[in-house]
Amino acid sequence: MKKLIALPALLAVLALPAHADNYSVPKHAAFQEECTSCHMAYPPQMLDADSWRAVMNGLSKHFGSDASIDQKRRAAIADFLVAHAGGRKTGGTRDANGKPLLRISETARFEKKHREIAAATWQRASIKSPANCTACHAQAAAGDYNERSIRIPK
Amino acid sequence: MRHSLIITAALFATGAQAEVPRDFLARFEKEAGTAASAERGARFFTAKQGGEWSCASCHTERPTLAGRHARTDKAIAPLAPAANAERFTDAAKVDKWFRRNCNDTLNRLCSAQEKADVMAWLLSLK
Repeated sequence: MKKLIALPALLAVLALPAHADNYSVPKHAAFQEECTSCHMAYPPQMLDADSWRAVMNGLSKHFGSDASIDQKRRAAIADFLVAHAGGRKTGGTRDANGKPLLRISETARFEKKHREIAAATWQRASIKSPANCTACHAQAAAGDYNERSIRIPK
Repeated sequence: MRHSLIITAALFATGAQAEVPRDFLARFEKEAGTAASAERGARFFTAKQGGEWSCASCHTERPTLAGRHARTDKAIAPLAPAANAERFTDAAKVDKWFRRNCNDTLNRLCSAQEKADVMAWLLSLK
């Protein structure tokens, strides 16, 4: 009898797709206001804590732009990102010199997931760069990066 | 005594978010010590100042229209007060964005005169 119950449960677990990670962004007012004025809300889960600390310590030169904010909000957003940072799952998150990576698109997990995408595809006008998640993952803002939701624009 | 303190505190609290766009023109003109020029503001806004971007790279040459971030492509609501009532109503935001965007376009902070000129031009747009 025990076996009869366990088998359907096991099958149900196996049927779950391995890539069904939830990347929905937890609610945080200062994060929303400050970070999404220039770009989409990248999920905190996609970088590890050291990377987020490094990003938040370098806002005056944030990928070529001055994104500096007042100290109180900077600390609050850094705490939020660190609290929700991805762990092991982000894959390698340090560069060759051992420094924390700043770009989600340079993490081992991102590179593995996108290994089939040619360099020319990234450069299409409709995509622009690997930072533009919603170009292909239409539901990215809702945390859905599932393969079934992908549509790569021409 | 206590009542007057509360009233004073309340006045300060509301005063902090009671700015209107013309307040910033007045403030920057006072800091600059000269009158603003909308014509100069238009030239400043639309021309590159040595950097990769001008103000118009993101805000368009007609800032009554919506723009797009030059790098991320994110939509930017119109900057001109006539097209967007939320613009220039909060001193902290105004100071933050002038600081950041002047650094991005000029590699330095803007002078009070430059900010006054831009305000005068933005306020002239209908």
